[in-house]
Amino acid sequence: INNCAGLPCRFHQKGLDDGPDFLSEEDRGVTVNVDLQTDATLQVDISDALSERDKVKFTVHTKSTLPNFKQNEFSVVRQHEEFIWLHDSFVENEDYAGFIIPPAPPRPDFDASREKLQKLGEGEGSMTKEEFTKMKQELEAEYLAIFKKTVAMHEVFLCRVAAHPVLRKDLNFHVFLEYNQDLSVRGKNKKEKLEDFFKNVVKSADGVIVAGVKDVDDFFEHEKTFLLEYHNRVKDASIKSDRMIRSHKSAADDINRIASTLYTLGTQDSTDVCKFFLKVSELFEKTRKIEARVAADEDLKLADLLKYYLRESQAAKDLLYRRGRALVDYENANKALDKARAKNKDVLQAETTQQVCCQKFEKISESAKQELIDFKTRRVAAFRKNLVELAELELKHAKGNLQLLQSCLAVLKGDT
Amino acid sequence: MSYCSSLHASLFPDKQLHVLQDEDTEENGDTFDMQITVSDPEKVGDGMNAYMAYKVTTKTSLNLFSRNEFSVKRRFSDFLGLHSKLASKYMHIGYIVPPAPEKSIVGMTKVKVGKEDLSSAEFVEKRRSALQRYLTRTVTHPALLKDPDVIQFLENTELPRAVSTQALSGAGILRMVNKAAEAVNKMTIKMNESDAWFEEKQQQFENLDIQLRKLHASVESLVCHRKELSVNTASFAKSAAMLGNSEDHTALSRALSQLAEVEEKIDQLHQEQAYADFYLFSELLGDYVRLIAAVKGVFDQRMKTWSKWQDAQLLLQRKREAETKLQYANKPDKLQQAKDEIKEWETKVQQGERDFEQISKNIRQEVGRFEKQRVKDFKVVIIKYLESLVHTQQQLIKYWEAFLPEAKAIA
Repeated sequence: INNCAGLPCRFHQKGLDDGPDFLSEEDRGVTVNVDLQTDATLQVDISDALSERDKVKFTVHTKSTLPNFKQNEFSVVRQHEEFIWLHDSFVENEDYAGFIIPPAPPRPDFDASREKLQKLGEGEGSMTKEEFTKMKQELEAEYLAIFKKTVAMHEVFLCRVAAHPVLRKDLNFHVFLEYNQDLSVRGKNKKEKLEDFFKNVVKSADGVIVAGVKDVDDFFEHEKTFLLEYHNRVKDASIKSDRMIRSHKSAADDINRIASTLYTLGTQDSTDVCKFFLKVSELFEKTRKIEARVAADEDLKLADLLKYYLRESQAAKDLLYRRGRALVDYENANKALDKARAKNKDVLQAETTQQVCCQKFEKISESAKQELIDFKTRRVAAFRKNLVELAELELKHAKGNLQLLQSCLAVLKGDT
Repeated sequence: MSYCSSLHASLFPDKQLHVLQDEDTEENGDTFDMQITVSDPEKVGDGMNAYMAYKVTTKTSLNLFSRNEFSVKRRFSDFLGLHSKLASKYMHIGYIVPPAPEKSIVGMTKVKVGKEDLSSAEFVEKRRSALQRYLTRTVTHPALLKDPDVIQFLENTELPRAVSTQALSGAGILRMVNKAAEAVNKMTIKMNESDAWFEEKQQQFENLDIQLRKLHASVESLVCHRKELSVNTASFAKSAAMLGNSEDHTALSRALSQLAEVEEKIDQLHQEQAYADFYLFSELLGDYVRLIAAVKGVFDQRMKTWSKWQDAQLLLQRKREAETKLQYANKPDKLQQAKDEIKEWETKVQQGERDFEQISKNIRQEVGRFEKQRVKDFKVVIIKYLESLVHTQQQLIKYWEAFLPEAKAIA
């Protein structure tokens, strides 16, 4: 049963054949961000991906007319850690303090899926051959769905960077795209992870202090309040939507088992009712596939949307934090300058510091305002697109289900 | 059904046998005019001695009863008492006596203790429905309908309290049946089945039992997950409403609130569907799992009857051998006694053979009736269940169609 868990699993995104079994509409990858102007100067996508035992290898494909690159079209292979490295380099870059850094894609996580495949292998003896094959197919489809999602999320990250007027010119980004050797960025070791943990603790403590500082600027004051509440509510909605979708999948699995047992009943029964059993078994086989697709579509259009904006709103909060931090530094520099002038000591140094702080703060403020406005525009567009598609898909599936149910009923009623 | 239709033709020459289930279901073919409802559960008494009293209403035009419509109050142990009497009267001659609903210590304790929550209300409703189905099945059986205990149960205002209802529940009967089956097997009866029909039928029921249990388990799981889905959808709806509140883009905020409303309606829908899953599908399967236990019970009774007959034959043989021996022993008293005993056992053998033939005949008829009923029940329920699924999808379409323009209106 180590098919997907052990052996490499690969697909090509372009011309991908969505088996009729699960995902219906698959807007290729770019499900959450719409306004990504993919102009000819720089186009990035993930053209292939390979899933091995414990890592995923993404083939990052670039098409560009920019002079910075040696060729017009090229590909490299990257792993998740290298995406993280790129993201972190943006975060640590002082020049980008005024931007909403596109959120890093989440780590590919096949653990749950692999565990299920394992359990299935162990339970092979306790079910019929048909049941086993059926369940195996579904788990493999689930694995493939997770795989596609992680590819999409890594791709969205790159597209966001490529669409950003400043980030697209970043040197690390170009190296990431072009350098065809391993970037040798290993994942963080325990010590580094611990350092990160403390950094975050300090940052949140600091964040509280910084957030407490009232902003004279109404726009930013409003954004601060808004983002804090919004972020928490998106988080809650994301968790609840996941639970809802899980229940939906479980129900679809039950219908699958019911269909199988009805089929056995139908073949065993010598009375009139066997026709009913067989027809309904056939019906349920089809409706449960539709139910599974409903859950999958809800996952794509709703759950993924919410998860993405959870990450983006965090990135926006981080921006506000950085600006707040710069404001506090600026105000402190002002106070220091006043003190220095009063004491008439180190005035020049204090003046320079104050000017640097002032410039930094104003630079961040200016770009932050635009970034936050763009964030809103993107968010509204993404929600609109996904909610419309969600409703359309729900309708499509409900109508499909209805049609199947009604035609089966017509046959059965005609029979009695 | 030669037995049934001839009997009923004599009693109700103009009427046809009509079975009314929970709701009126018109069936072509046989009809009899009788409808039983169990309703108005009422708690009587306090504390651990409290019990639920159910109103049993009978509507009928049959001559068996003195009135056309009448009600009585019964408690759960009364139903168990009725079943116990019927089982002891009829099982050993091969009638399939419908089993009574299961006892539930947990369920009843909650009710007694006065827990006025959703789960005890659900428990009472589940029981009420089960009692109604039990009575309906009982009176559908042509012989049981005429049984004086049944008539008394339906008509009499006062009923003597049923005692020792321990072994009387469905599970109790099953235990009894299993014990009997074990005992039969221990007697190493490899019954000379002269009639392949019985062997075939037993195997069929065995297979049916296995599959129905499996199906029942899956449907119970579906009910559980559907309820969970309803709860989680409601929870998501609230969360979406909160998100809509904090969204500062007006049109998107409105759309999110609409989404929350849609999801709230959908959670209700899931709840209703779970209800249908349970009362239509799951309960039917549960009933049939218990019914099949009763069917297996009568087959075992037949084996027991056969074995009794065989034992009688064996004993007769021995008595004859003893008599032969005594003929050479010159003990005239003992010889006479032996001859008397032979007569006694010859009678018993004849009775045994008659009993065996009778029960075999009864079972054939019973199985025929049972299968017919089973087919009818399943067909009716399957259609009703599919109709409930149709309704759900139609509602879903309505809700999402209303939402779509709202989503498109986000600008």
